[in-house]
Amino acid sequence: MSVNKKLTVSASPHVRSPHTATGIMLDVIIALIPALIAAIVIFGTQVLLVTIVCVGTAVLSEYLCRKVMKRHQTIGDLSAVVTGLLLAFNLPVSIPLWIAAIGSIIAIVVVKQMFGGIGQNFVNPALAARIILLVSFPAKMTTWTLDGVTTATPLASLKSGAVDKTALPSMVDMLIGQHGGCLGEVCSAALILGGIYLIVRKVISPAIPLSYIGTVAVLMLIAGKFSLEFTAYQLLSGGLLIGAIFMATDYTTSPVSFKGKIIFGIGCGLITAAIRIFGGYPEGVSFSIIIMNILVPHIERLTTAKPFGTPKKDKKAEKEAAKA
Amino acid sequence: MKGYSAGGVLSAVVKGRGGVSVSHSKNTQDCKIVRMPPPEKVVLPMQQHIGAPCEPLVKIGDEVKVGQIIADTDKFVSAPIHSSVSGKVTAIGEVKLANGSIAKAVTIESDGEMTMFEGLEPPKVENAQDLIKAARASGLVGLGGAGFPAHVKLALMPNENIDTLIVNAAECEPYITVDYRECMENSANIIKGVVTLKKYLGFKKVVIAVEDNKPQAINLLNKQIKDIAGGDKDINIMALKSKYPQGAEKVMIQSVTGRKVPPGKLPSDVGCVLMNVASVAFIQRYIETGKPLVSRSVTVDGSAIHTPKNVRVPIGTSINDIIEFCGGFKAEPFKIISGGPMMGAAIVGTDIPLLKQNNAILAFAEGTFKVKPERDCIRCGRCAQVCPMSLMPTLIARYAKSKEADKLTDTGVMVCMECGSCAYVCPAGLPLVQHMLLAKSVIREAGAKK
Repeated sequence: MSVNKKLTVSASPHVRSPHTATGIMLDVIIALIPALIAAIVIFGTQVLLVTIVCVGTAVLSEYLCRKVMKRHQTIGDLSAVVTGLLLAFNLPVSIPLWIAAIGSIIAIVVVKQMFGGIGQNFVNPALAARIILLVSFPAKMTTWTLDGVTTATPLASLKSGAVDKTALPSMVDMLIGQHGGCLGEVCSAALILGGIYLIVRKVISPAIPLSYIGTVAVLMLIAGKFSLEFTAYQLLSGGLLIGAIFMATDYTTSPVSFKGKIIFGIGCGLITAAIRIFGGYPEGVSFSIIIMNILVPHIERLTTAKPFGTPKKDKKAEKEAAKA
Repeated sequence: MKGYSAGGVLSAVVKGRGGVSVSHSKNTQDCKIVRMPPPEKVVLPMQQHIGAPCEPLVKIGDEVKVGQIIADTDKFVSAPIHSSVSGKVTAIGEVKLANGSIAKAVTIESDGEMTMFEGLEPPKVENAQDLIKAARASGLVGLGGAGFPAHVKLALMPNENIDTLIVNAAECEPYITVDYRECMENSANIIKGVVTLKKYLGFKKVVIAVEDNKPQAINLLNKQIKDIAGGDKDINIMALKSKYPQGAEKVMIQSVTGRKVPPGKLPSDVGCVLMNVASVAFIQRYIETGKPLVSRSVTVDGSAIHTPKNVRVPIGTSINDIIEFCGGFKAEPFKIISGGPMMGAAIVGTDIPLLKQNNAILAFAEGTFKVKPERDCIRCGRCAQVCPMSLMPTLIARYAKSKEADKLTDTGVMVCMECGSCAYVCPAGLPLVQHMLLAKSVIREAGAKK
């Protein structure tokens, strides 16, 4: 056989790693499934309905948006599915479905596509949508029901000062999710499982989750006068785990460098703790991540590594060279 | 357990940042180098090195023999070219090279005899100057792929600011195994070459750096150091982590010595000279025999090649002849690469002569490599994580598209060596290497305007 057809001439490298954007998003979806199953067990099948509405609306909005803007279709990368899932996870189970749909439309159309689509949004779409819903429908967004009974979230109980221990769920309930809260945030064990999966698959670096949760832990330990129990409740309740593992690690809205990630994580932790301790809201994860999202370009500018061998940073090699 | 006995084998001084693990695909690692019969003709381009092109010293109709000098120049940064076959000069004209450039070339029709040129004698080497002169006369250029004339590097010596000779046997590109075969088949020559270079050029230390996926080569070279160099404590083998691009000049210097070559500087600025392992073995052979660089080993592999081999080929043989020698194609070739799959150049046809610095010919059938569709950047930062030069490829790509020369200069893109690690990992399938090239040309253009 000889060269009959024209050969393909393209620039190097000629081999590519098997990773694709779709594969990464699929990994995130897989990592969210334990929490979804837990939510269905805890809150019932209404969870599925909320999730389907959120995901469906998100994908449809993205499809129509790209169509109207005459851009190439991007629903295949599954990022809209992830946004829909994360938004659903940040809503109470009792949320009217039309509000859930509005949330998805805000996330995809306003926050994501209007800024240029995947990789271009400056804040996390699901979180921004959640905050807009929170200020638009404050009552419906903070009605927590468990087994058909309206209940308070552990954080709200802690905040109101009623540290009557009987008012708080047990530590085991905190882990498995038997307490009030958004449908995806309650089951700590499932979220941690998902986080481990993402770290093992190298989809996310542990830098942000660890620095974020670590900062909150230290500050809560101090605020709670070194009560381990108080600190544990703070870490396992509210949106801290889902926020630190799934939302703060969003590629588009977090720094690229390791140093930047640590600064970002600590920043999120500081703001979360400040809101929880001093703020009017019992919960501060959404706000803290959004605020840090906005600061990302500045963090990037300060933490971008100098090109290899740039002097100044490399006094050691210079000295050696001078010696030699 | 890495598979080599640790005795006398050094490990990396610094584990550099970045890099990617690419499938090694060293399919031909056990294929002994076989000598290819003389081709019907060879085409010898006047530019087979970095630097000034040579001028032909022969004319059409001249009879030439193997090793006879046929082209040279009085420019310093260049290397003479010798006939790789015996026969008759039939044409002096222009040919297209693998990289698409046009070069003047001498075509020699072989008589099939491979008669050696009578005037070849081992050079007298008694001091550094003799050795440097011999290196130039041998026509040696960096055999690892760069093609930098060897004597230019060596002419820096003896020099009290340069203490270390690094012999590069990393061979981090997938598929290519000629340097490994060189280590396995000519280990004595390599170590003798090291001893010679150290003795005459005054290197304080010599480190032969090999990736740790080649334990047999490490063990063999280590044994030869004991046997041939008499256990010279300043000649050592170093096993480096197998990761691409471990063999890149700056990466290797950092791994071996812990020193970082600053942007725009050379290895000599941090006290190092780097040479490919086959180049070192060749210098020794030249000193012993006086036979100049007229042939080299290449790995011929890939899913479209019938019988992958390591072949010793006369310089200037057409790639087509080399592939024919390996049984031709077993499948329709889709892409043919001169060099490795990470940094090699895809060539437009096989009627291209093999140059001194070409270390591999890889031919692939369609579908061997999955082509990733190009999507939008998701800012995952993988490109920045793997960049051995600590650059931010996506940021550079963005500025390159908007042609912002000042911002591009600040990104430090000029230190990019186009190793392709960023494009390799990119989940969005972005052609980042092209963006880097574009960025460099934007900076150069802006510089030219000023």
